[in-house]
Amino acid sequence: MESPVPVASVTTDATGFRGWVSAFLQRHWRSIIVFIPFAWLAVFFLTPFFIVVKISLAESLIASPPFSKLLEWGDSILPSLNISADNYAYLWEDSLYVKTYLNSLKIASVSTLLCLLIGYPMAYGIIRTQGTARYVLLLLVMLPFWTSFLLRVYAWMGLLADQGTINDLLLWIGLIDKPIRLLYSELAVYIGIVYTYLPFMILPLYANMEKLDFSLNEAAADLGARPASVFTTVTLPMTWPGIVAGSLLVFIPATGEFVIPDLLGGGNVLMIGRVLSSEFNANHDWPVASAVAVALLFVLLIPMMLYHRVQSREANS
Amino acid sequence: MKGKRSTFLITCLCFGFAFLYIPIFLLILYSFNYSKLLPVWGGFSTRWYVTVFQSEDVWDATLLSLKIALMNATVATLLGTMAGLMLVRFARFRGKTLFTGMISAPLVMPEVITGLSLLLLFITLQQITGWPGNRGVTTITIAHITFSMAYVAIIIQSRLINSDLSLEEAALDLGAKPFRVLFDITLPLLAPGMVAGWLLAFTLSLDDLVIASFVSGPGSTTLPMLIYSRVRLGLKPDINALATILIVTVAIGVLLAGWILLRQHQRKLKAEQLASQ
Repeated sequence: MESPVPVASVTTDATGFRGWVSAFLQRHWRSIIVFIPFAWLAVFFLTPFFIVVKISLAESLIASPPFSKLLEWGDSILPSLNISADNYAYLWEDSLYVKTYLNSLKIASVSTLLCLLIGYPMAYGIIRTQGTARYVLLLLVMLPFWTSFLLRVYAWMGLLADQGTINDLLLWIGLIDKPIRLLYSELAVYIGIVYTYLPFMILPLYANMEKLDFSLNEAAADLGARPASVFTTVTLPMTWPGIVAGSLLVFIPATGEFVIPDLLGGGNVLMIGRVLSSEFNANHDWPVASAVAVALLFVLLIPMMLYHRVQSREANS
Repeated sequence: MKGKRSTFLITCLCFGFAFLYIPIFLLILYSFNYSKLLPVWGGFSTRWYVTVFQSEDVWDATLLSLKIALMNATVATLLGTMAGLMLVRFARFRGKTLFTGMISAPLVMPEVITGLSLLLLFITLQQITGWPGNRGVTTITIAHITFSMAYVAIIIQSRLINSDLSLEEAALDLGAKPFRVLFDITLPLLAPGMVAGWLLAFTLSLDDLVIASFVSGPGSTTLPMLIYSRVRLGLKPDINALATILIVTVAIGVLLAGWILLRQHQRKLKAEQLASQ
């Protein structure tokens, strides 16, 4: 067997700047690979949160920027610290905000449950097919995931409008005699969320089921277990990780959803993402918008940590 | 018993896919509607396609979105690949828990929070350093990279977990330096994952409305921002035409990629069968 070419000789050939660069890379490449993405996320992901927290503790001013400074350099040597929890108190006391948070959580939970009810049998059905059919079905689930989210929401505006397809159909059948209000209602928001987030439920469920050994089910059935008890004692526990991952992937973003309540709910559906955006863009109240964001993050902290745990467990298994 | 269950599953699949696809088909159908009042059918026409192709705003927004998507996909693939490598191949290092948290968080973070916090960062930076002078292509691209790299990292991570370590170990045993192994073995192994990551980052960027709306400035309107500002007040037939063009383009791309992968897979299966005989 030939002995491997000593790699070190490659570097000693090059001299000058190039040699230095390549020596530097060879010695420190691990640190470079760690440093670059880490630094990027520290600057553009972590720091912004501290800024949001900082501004949420400031007071709203009519100025540019429209909030008070954290440190004020007055007559004394030490700066005075301006921290106020007024914005949070305001959110807590104004029942509209509390109601909006609760309504967002309600809409997100019900939508997640509906996604699960529709997505679970679909994922299970795809698993039960073989070969090319399974592949094609999976591709059909992925396809909406790749097409524009905004356009898929827009598609429902045409279906739900007063003179839209659904009303036309109901009129034609004779179930109703004048168009019913479907667009700009809570029902429309539910439909929009379930529709756009369904692939996010099906794909993790599929990924989980793909790894499972379904002969256990058959064994349980052969031993005389009824289908319902096979499902609750064997299938459900096995697919639990997929259920959790899919549900969190739907629930967390749905809680803060902005586009769907805006386009399909109009002004009639209270959701926190929409309130945040209007506090910031229409009212120019940066401190309150920041406090809304921090409170939303706080509400979603536990589901997010849960998702992180599921994700890292999946990666380590 | 078995027959009853599979009938149930087939029914679920039919209804599920009908639910997923009927709205899109109707959207496409109405793009050929002559009537200006959208839900009312006024005969077949392609006039809205002419309107779209003649609209300068649409062309400008499309070019801007493509420019951002290209830059985003390229940088996000590089950073995401580094992050994925680090998550799987590097042993524990200080701050790894924080890093894994930061990588997975953008996947589920509500867009309004990401958008608001990045905008406030850019404003703060501008006050301190004078950069970025005006918000637009650069700030949108940076924002997109920040969440796209998380998706790339997840793809790379799963590819690394499922890939065979033996080639890398063999190279190391034969005396190759880890740096050489990375470039000659690990990265070529990761190439398909990087292509998938690039494509995903590209489409994520083309799709994003909320984050781009927060961090863009006057004069920088991406395609989703243009569509959103038009449809906020109701249905617009030319938007249906534009939507049809976009959806059909993406669908052709995805189906083509799917078909190529399927062919590869079938060929591999055949080769394995031949080898085992």
